[in-house]
Amino acid sequence: MSFASTIKTYTLWELLKGMGVTLRALFRPKITVNYPEEKAPQSVRFRGLHALRRYPNGEERCIACKLCEAACPALAITIDSDVAADGTRRTTRYDIDLFKCIYCGFCEEACPVDAIVETRIHEYHMEAPGENIMTKDKLLAVGDRYQAMINADKAADARYR
Amino acid sequence: MSFASLWQALPWYAQSTVMILLVTVILILCVAYLTLWERKLIGWMQLRRGPNRVLLFGIPGTRYIGQPFADVVKLLLKEIVVPAQANKGLFRLAPMITLIPAFAVWAIVPVAPSYAIADVDAGLLYVLAMTSVGVYGVILAGWASNSKYAFLGAMRSAAQIVAYEIAMGFALVGVLMASGSLNLGQIVHKQAGGLFLTHWNMLWLFPLFVVYFISAVAETNRAPFDVAEGESEIVAGFHVDYAGMGFALFFLGEYANMILVSALTSVFFLGGWLSPFTFASDNPVWHVPVLGLLLGDGTHWLVAKMFFFLCVYLWIRATFPRYRYDQIMRLGWKVLIPVTIVWIAVEGVFAWFHVGPWQAMR
Repeated sequence: MSFASTIKTYTLWELLKGMGVTLRALFRPKITVNYPEEKAPQSVRFRGLHALRRYPNGEERCIACKLCEAACPALAITIDSDVAADGTRRTTRYDIDLFKCIYCGFCEEACPVDAIVETRIHEYHMEAPGENIMTKDKLLAVGDRYQAMINADKAADARYR
Repeated sequence: MSFASLWQALPWYAQSTVMILLVTVILILCVAYLTLWERKLIGWMQLRRGPNRVLLFGIPGTRYIGQPFADVVKLLLKEIVVPAQANKGLFRLAPMITLIPAFAVWAIVPVAPSYAIADVDAGLLYVLAMTSVGVYGVILAGWASNSKYAFLGAMRSAAQIVAYEIAMGFALVGVLMASGSLNLGQIVHKQAGGLFLTHWNMLWLFPLFVVYFISAVAETNRAPFDVAEGESEIVAGFHVDYAGMGFALFFLGEYANMILVSALTSVFFLGGWLSPFTFASDNPVWHVPVLGLLLGDGTHWLVAKMFFFLCVYLWIRATFPRYRYDQIMRLGWKVLIPVTIVWIAVEGVFAWFHVGPWQAMR
């Protein structure tokens, strides 16, 4: 050990330097976000809870092409289809198992009519077994309730698509 | 009947009980808020905010003051699990053995000018004896748990505590040489007077001061010497098998020890309750009502010094990564002990030439 490094060791120089770093950090502004009161910014592409959209006239967008079911890597989507009273092809069942879903957004990418989307809603929970299955009614309800938000997000993202 | 005469009329056992309750309650409150302060301070040093949710009894505005009480209630409500193969008696005894010495030493700490609960002439020996008992709690806890992780943790802790106790003892030999007394009150009085801070032991015994504090951090098993806790290797060391209140007692013991060590460091090296401003005894400032009291000697100076050392404890924890075990042993045996021995010799030279604290001893 050289003389200089001996002096450095016994004056605890490097330890004091390290403590100086933490001391400076003590007075820096804190970066914690107080979650329920404050929220971190969210992208319009955020992939949260799913929703099924409708056309402005109230008609369901989904045409039961099952491309989302095929694209889903986690096999979370189950679709049954039939011919509706007006002669169009419609889903009779559209289930997404939120426990299987990995929120990859492939269903949204696969959809030719922009029916299934992932919204920016991420604060949801289940209270009983079985509530993890998003049925067609629940998905449409989400879509209806957050229609304005979903439309705005899709419009903001459209120019990059 | 005045308060003092009422106090005098009490039998000795009643007086002792009152004192014990007083010390225990104050210390437990201090420990509770030290845990909160630790979480806040370390949070700030890591650019976080620390706990900021629990109100004190739901009073609005007391943003995190209730946190320690919430923690205590949580620990109290937890089930106390005693492992089937454990030695039941020792398992229950061990947390108490770690906790009680940390409280017992307070009997002789000079907390106010010329006052300690017990004015013991062999005070320093009492301190060494009591702090040494703490290690039995660690060993017993590890052994009584009958688990290899607890046992390994206990072995590591015990070996570390014993190793650093030597350096600590040698540092105290230096204090003893400077003050010429084992009485803690005398040690403080010896540091009185003189120019700004120059009479405190800290100046002339600076290497011993540093060694003492480092050993104290190691003694209390705090970061960066907390190998007993090594999460990745031995879960939580000697107290793995303790749950609920048993764990809380160890926790309490660790923090009570931190407070105690801070108080002792202040007494031995920073003049305990002495004010740093009392070098001019005939200063008119002493007669200004509040300012004179604040700047003069008093318990508040001891508290301020203790608070400083407690902050340094937390500061160290927020800064340094954990030492490797062989490095801890090398630091203890090969660095700290030689440093203390060398400085004791240097002190001998000081004493021979009557400089510093030895001026008066002609």
